[in-house]
Amino acid sequence: MKSLEELRAIRAKMQGKVGVRAENENQIRVVVGMATCGIASGARPVLTALSDAVQEQNLSEKISVTQTGCIGLCQYEPIVEVMEPGKEKVTYVKMTPEKALEVLRLHLLGGQVVAKYTLSAAQNGLK
Amino acid sequence: MMPEIALNILDIAENSVRAQALHVEIIVSVQPEEDTLTVVIRDDGCGMTPDQVKKAQDPFFTTRTTRKIGLGVPFFRQAAESTGGSFQIDSEEGKGTEVKAVFVLSHIDRMPLGDISSTIHTLIVFNERIEFRYTYRYGEKSFVLDTGEMREILGEEISFAEPEVSAFIRKYLEENKKDTDGGAEV
Repeated sequence: MKSLEELRAIRAKMQGKVGVRAENENQIRVVVGMATCGIASGARPVLTALSDAVQEQNLSEKISVTQTGCIGLCQYEPIVEVMEPGKEKVTYVKMTPEKALEVLRLHLLGGQVVAKYTLSAAQNGLK
Repeated sequence: MMPEIALNILDIAENSVRAQALHVEIIVSVQPEEDTLTVVIRDDGCGMTPDQVKKAQDPFFTTRTTRKIGLGVPFFRQAAESTGGSFQIDSEEGKGTEVKAVFVLSHIDRMPLGDISSTIHTLIVFNERIEFRYTYRYGEKSFVLDTGEMREILGEEISFAEPEVSAFIRKYLEENKKDTDGGAEV
């Protein structure tokens, strides 16, 4: 059995290294719908993939990943919303962990909206 | 329908989060000798009136305004009852809520437990303000993860979302589950 003792070592290692993680105005907010509809359609792995990638790539100052309840578009779940300061909200629908990582790479880091996965693409019948 | 019990647990525990709970206790107990799998989710959130408890089990009731149907509790209830098990909600306004589901372990309609470690990990890392106490029991063996104890060791500044801490929580859950149930398929 693993014990919590390892946390002491982690704490010692991290002491002093932890910055203030206050939310700043320029942060990109990424929100994953985690109500019944989202969870049933596979939102948990999407949320995990995004937050793991943000942590692993040291992006947590630039990007915050959070969860929310039902967005009201259950048929399009899992949904990921991207809120960039000063820009219009982008809603990505029918996400998978792979698609979400593509959004991270191309949109959140590259600045290009991944049009094919957006709500408007889905509503216009585009693929 | 949810494909696994672990996702039902995540969904029901999200209700505790929205009920402003400060403490959430989750117990998963697998008892092969009794042929049961029991799930208890208990919180100290805002609770419900007797009338709301009744309505919560009705798919066409929800307090949310974005859509008119609330399927979380009915899904969980149906999943348990379709195995010949039982389902119960006890709640008191201002005190909290307890949801208990008993599944018949060997029943053909029982969905798999699924990735329970991911469910607990997600709940802990994304809801740092809530203290979670998770118990996994298999037969006589069990293990506990108490985020209050983790917080005491880590201090206030270090977030559970820090990569090292998050990875530790995941490993702790996965390894201790394996040590508890010997890697049994549940």
